[in-house]
Amino acid sequence: MSDRQQPTNARLIPDRLTSRLKDNLMSWPSLLLVVALLIFLANSLASPYFLSPWALSDATFNFTEKAIIALAMALLIVSGEIDISVSGIIAITSTMMGVALQFGADTTTLVLVGLSVGLICGAFNGVLVTKLGLPSIVVTIGTMSLFRGISFIILGDKSYKNYPESFAYFGQGYLYWVISFEFVLYLLLAVGFYILLHKTNFGRHVFTIGNNAVAAEFSGVRVARVKFVLFCLTGLMAGVAAILLTSRLGSTRPSIARGWELEVITMVVLGGVNILGGSGSVQGVVIAAFIMGLVTFGLGLLNVPGIIMSVILGILLITVIALPTLLSKFKNRQ
Amino acid sequence: MSDPKLVLKDITKSFPGVIALNNVSLNLYAGEVTALIGENGAGKSTLVKVLTGIHLPNSGDIIIDGEPVKISSAHDAFECGISAIHQETVLFDELSVAENIYLGHAPKTRFGTINWREMRTKARQVLDDIGAKHIGENTKLSELGIANKHLVAVARAMSIDAQIVIMDEPTAALSHREIEDLFTLIELLKSEGKAILFISHKFDEIYRIADRFAVYRDGEMVGDGSLPETPQSEIIQMMVGRAVNQIYPTRTSQVGDTLLKIDNLNHPTEFADISFELKKGEILGFYGLVGAGRSEVMQALFGITKTSSGTITLDGQIISPKSPADAIQAGIVYVPEERGTQGVVTDMPIFQNVSLPSLRKTSRGNFLKIAEEFALAREYTTRLDLRASSLSQHAGTLSGGNQQKIVIAKWLATNPDVIILDEPTKGIDIGSKAAVHEFMAELVEQGLSVIMVSSELPEIMGMSDRIVVMNEGRIIKIVENDDELTPAKMLVIASGITEDAA
Repeated sequence: MSDRQQPTNARLIPDRLTSRLKDNLMSWPSLLLVVALLIFLANSLASPYFLSPWALSDATFNFTEKAIIALAMALLIVSGEIDISVSGIIAITSTMMGVALQFGADTTTLVLVGLSVGLICGAFNGVLVTKLGLPSIVVTIGTMSLFRGISFIILGDKSYKNYPESFAYFGQGYLYWVISFEFVLYLLLAVGFYILLHKTNFGRHVFTIGNNAVAAEFSGVRVARVKFVLFCLTGLMAGVAAILLTSRLGSTRPSIARGWELEVITMVVLGGVNILGGSGSVQGVVIAAFIMGLVTFGLGLLNVPGIIMSVILGILLITVIALPTLLSKFKNRQ
Repeated sequence: MSDPKLVLKDITKSFPGVIALNNVSLNLYAGEVTALIGENGAGKSTLVKVLTGIHLPNSGDIIIDGEPVKISSAHDAFECGISAIHQETVLFDELSVAENIYLGHAPKTRFGTINWREMRTKARQVLDDIGAKHIGENTKLSELGIANKHLVAVARAMSIDAQIVIMDEPTAALSHREIEDLFTLIELLKSEGKAILFISHKFDEIYRIADRFAVYRDGEMVGDGSLPETPQSEIIQMMVGRAVNQIYPTRTSQVGDTLLKIDNLNHPTEFADISFELKKGEILGFYGLVGAGRSEVMQALFGITKTSSGTITLDGQIISPKSPADAIQAGIVYVPEERGTQGVVTDMPIFQNVSLPSLRKTSRGNFLKIAEEFALAREYTTRLDLRASSLSQHAGTLSGGNQQKIVIAKWLATNPDVIILDEPTKGIDIGSKAAVHEFMAELVEQGLSVIMVSSELPEIMGMSDRIVVMNEGRIIKIVENDDELTPAKMLVIASGITEDAA
């Protein structure tokens, strides 16, 4: 009887068949890194001004604010949801900071207002999606108009100016030489989100939900809670971006950051996050942000007009996304 | 004997880490039904996919009427006269019956557009030919039940004049009567000289309809012959590679005190007045027809279905699970009937599936410890004798039986008190079935309590200590499973006929 408890023919199943190193080398972020290096090389050959430290530092300002939102957006999309309203959140957050300014708020209060308005907007999206069970794409298209609409009602064709001098540091200050506060903050947040998605139980739950929310729920994952937290995080990062952008521009207009949601989502998708959820990596999204920043900056140095730039970015996105599909098709044919 | 219609010769198909088909052969003859038999993971589905152009074999020949052919797409299969009817038919719900029958080969007008009138007339003709007079050619497919969808699939096979018809577990979702109708139809196809490949787990069906059989095991062909000359025991032995003497394990465990007590549990629509007790070390069977409300009661215990009133007492404490997470924490786990959608996450590795509800245990302060996850997954999958090439393999690449082992392993790792199994052996083969039954017996020996929902009477009577019989959302009777209980008695109780046996 007891020999049934101890199967004698138990075969050991290995952890994995391929080595981790090999998996990493063959991964999407590695491919992106190669693309990024090629673009870097092309840029430095094309323009003599590109390799100047100050020019490179300036280039980071073009994408860090969007890239900060992309970090949280990546997690949200991995979980199978999306937030279209992020540019609206920036508008309403910046406007509320402007309102606070009219009441004589100091820099600390402005930052707190910025963070909490972003968080509240994210929580609002989260409640609509998780409590009412509405599809996030519809909810956030609605709140995008709602949030920006409130900015327009408050501001009309006016704008808020005269932010305190110390407030300007967030979007314009340098920590050391050419290293800007914004850029360092972005790198720290990137590390934070990397750990959150890839190294914690929470991150595993995010992946599981994106793959199969029902099976996740049936396995004891609190799906609604995780999704709610992700919407809050996305709102919060939009709030952070709003603080940086408002500080950098020194003013608030209701049309601030219009159209950013598409660039943010492009970064996430280019970074290898499956738009249907379930897979992706923070590393990929970070490299994708650099690629987009480098392309925009390089083309800017060559005096390429903005319209052409968006054509080139569009082509880049489609090419990079189609490449793996085409490769695997080619492989299967053989 | 005449020459075979279709010959598969030395077909090999491998996937990363797995050889799904290893030099297998198969002959199909015109006017005969060949049954393909094998456990889950034996390679049956892969073979169907090779024949229907979904997978291209790595090597080997497919010969039809003596001519070698290459089937590299669904269209090629169609050109070769091969048509498949799947377990859950792959047709288009939003299209009409006629459109489904003629999709891809609709009659054209001289302008090249679809000749709708001709298509409908021809569809009507084909439906009448196969005796499906009750199906309207203009009906939307979504309005038909699974049995009638099968008929449409057969009609489609007739309309393309398929000479080779593959039926992959066509009876899985059919009632007894519908199965009989399907068999009548298969006889008709036989008489028209079609070569039929019939895949099923059920021996009574195979003996009833097939003329020949082939047995696959672990991607290889282990035997073939004609029916009914070959006895069932011989085929089973080929399938599992050993003799199966005794189907249900004997148990020596002692049933202890009451562990779980359900009092007057109600739901607005699905069930009412549910009261029962589960004892320590007991297997409690839940029997009833599909739709009797058994799964809903179980999902209420697991925190998925909300109840309107009633109490659940576990180990002396009243619990009210609002979510599966609550139930798991309390010590109740649930192996769902829908393995692929609710049980495993098919696109994630085996080890992550197993560790999912135990992450708190395997991690340190919410930070993942991958090595501990592998260790946990290895411990429990080994106990269940999981067949996989690595623990990083995606769960969806495994057969149904092995996926079920992952679900059970996942729950055992949480050290539950009560494990609820909802149709645990539905759609899995004899070998895996016996493994699951053995394992259930082991669990209760170790002091766990098991609730097993099953629609299979032999399974319920073979495994349970006591049986709760449900009908239309209510418990009709709770019976001791002793020697006096016969299948006939059970059926009488379950049908809801009031009969005072007490």
